[in-house]
Amino acid sequence: MSLFKNNIVLQAAGLTKIYGSGHIEVVAVRDVSLSVSRGEIVALLGPSGAGKTTLLTLLGLIRPPNTGQILIDGTLVFNNHQAQVDLRRFRRQKFGFVFQKANLIPFLTAAENVRLAMEIDDQPAKVSRKRAMELLEYLGVAERAQNLPSMLSGGEQQRVAVARALANRPSLILADEPTGSLDGVRGRQVMELFAKVAHEQNAGVIVVTHDHRALDVFDRTLEMEDGQLRKSHN
Amino acid sequence: MNLATKDIKHNFGRFSLTSAGIGLLLMIVMGMGGIYRGVVEDATTLVERIGADLWVIQKDTRGPFAEISRIPRDLEERVLVVPGVETAHGFVSHTVQRDYKGKPLRLTIQGLSWPLDKGLWLPIIAGRGLAQAHYELVADKSSGLQVGDKLALGKEIFTVKGLTKSMVSQSGDSMVFMTLDDAKAVQFDLSPESIRIERTARVKRLFDIDLGQIQPQMSERASGLNSGIPALGTSMISAVLAGVKPGYNIEAVAKQIEAWPDVSVYTGEGQKQLLLRGPVERVRRQIGLFRRLLIIVSAIIMALILYTLTLDKLHDIAMLKLIGARNSVILGLIMQQAILLGGIGFCIAYLLGQWIFPHFPRRVVLVRGDLYSLAIIVLVISILASFLGIWRAMRADPGEVLA
Repeated sequence: MSLFKNNIVLQAAGLTKIYGSGHIEVVAVRDVSLSVSRGEIVALLGPSGAGKTTLLTLLGLIRPPNTGQILIDGTLVFNNHQAQVDLRRFRRQKFGFVFQKANLIPFLTAAENVRLAMEIDDQPAKVSRKRAMELLEYLGVAERAQNLPSMLSGGEQQRVAVARALANRPSLILADEPTGSLDGVRGRQVMELFAKVAHEQNAGVIVVTHDHRALDVFDRTLEMEDGQLRKSHN
Repeated sequence: MNLATKDIKHNFGRFSLTSAGIGLLLMIVMGMGGIYRGVVEDATTLVERIGADLWVIQKDTRGPFAEISRIPRDLEERVLVVPGVETAHGFVSHTVQRDYKGKPLRLTIQGLSWPLDKGLWLPIIAGRGLAQAHYELVADKSSGLQVGDKLALGKEIFTVKGLTKSMVSQSGDSMVFMTLDDAKAVQFDLSPESIRIERTARVKRLFDIDLGQIQPQMSERASGLNSGIPALGTSMISAVLAGVKPGYNIEAVAKQIEAWPDVSVYTGEGQKQLLLRGPVERVRRQIGLFRRLLIIVSAIIMALILYTLTLDKLHDIAMLKLIGARNSVILGLIMQQAILLGGIGFCIAYLLGQWIFPHFPRRVVLVRGDLYSLAIIVLVISILASFLGIWRAMRADPGEVLA
């Protein structure tokens, strides 16, 4: 589609998500359209129940929208509720995910958690080992590479999770309240890290957050309420 | 990177205990098969060891092991003159139970036709075979008897002169071997009072008929030894074991003897089949059924264990799905653990069995073929058991990670 510029990584149009059926229907996301460019970091704000996480599950190709289209890197992925591509392949090649909790696999070391993302995409062990160490170094946790997640602090775990999200050189990183379990200082460090990643790795980043203290690191903020995007600030 | 082994390494204690539990269960399955093999071997060992070409027994019976067979001892001579017969030995088999050193001792007595048969074919592991016509015996070591022990049987004291290994009857009783005459003396032993009562009754019966009233002097014979009364006939034995001369057809010789109206004849193989189809068959079916039930129980328990292990990892599996892992990665994680669990359980079962089975009261024989079959069954139930966990894992919603 010529509608989308080359540097736009995500384009969503008219997304609606309805949960339930019959008399009990909840419209979690209502007619949302947005786009994110490469190298851009966007904050998604809003009160609890506004539909932020649901929107993230649609944009992350985890759940299908009832209506609307999603294009990633110019490829139509969802046309209404119908997937147009292999969603898991698309997720592992184009997306990086970071959550409130690090969600590292508990029986793998920090380095193995990062390698896992690459090895499930059939990258050779030698390549994945090298890149995992580079990423952990880039994020300042290389000395913890051989430690299990249970031996890392919350901040260190979150950095390893970011390294895992970056492993396959994603076009888009989606983060759901990644500073929720961190104190203010460490929360800001993580937000700054995302901004650094967006700008240096040339990836689009969407961060769902309640934390208004670090909004200055974002290129753009979007506000949701009752399932709809209300405001956008640059 | 192998996720299954990484997970096992991380949860080594739990995996080890689970494997040990599965191992114990499989050891019981393995043991049941071994018990059946032991029953078969016990039932057929004597027939195989004796190595007789033909077993001549009472007409229309399945003796002497599957049921009682009684034939006159002089049948030995009749069989010996059949063309093609090289040897003919009398054979007696019966079971006794005596108290020995304060414990019940069950013995299956096998009478050998001394001096033709001195028990040289016995697997003697200590002492020697029979060397005299009376008061010696060779016992299986499972009886607990030792060389030199004295044992009262009938009215005589027998000395244990040798020990055998694995000579056990089909019902698991230890075998002892003595001369045919001694075995018969033990079998037909009566108390003096019984003998006196029988002799008195015999005289009374004599005077109840004309013969006693016409010839009262016959009462002296009637009140004497059994051997002094020709009408009572010769003593009875269980079977005659015949060896066929080289070059003669065993079936043809059997056919000749079979034509006699008072005996039945079985070849060595036929005798084995009689045992296996008779007393052993029901045991085989019973153990087989029990074994199948145990396999089903093992499969269900393994499925539940794997399901629980999968539930514990559900969040990680949802995470794997979220970051785009193929189903094969998740399937591999569960199935490899299932196969490892089954494989390690099987090895534990085998090693524990090697240690524990020799202490069982009956022989447990682990045959290589049975072990291979069980290994394949364990592999199949491991795979089947993993399906429940895989089914649950496939239903894991990657969105749960965000929730």
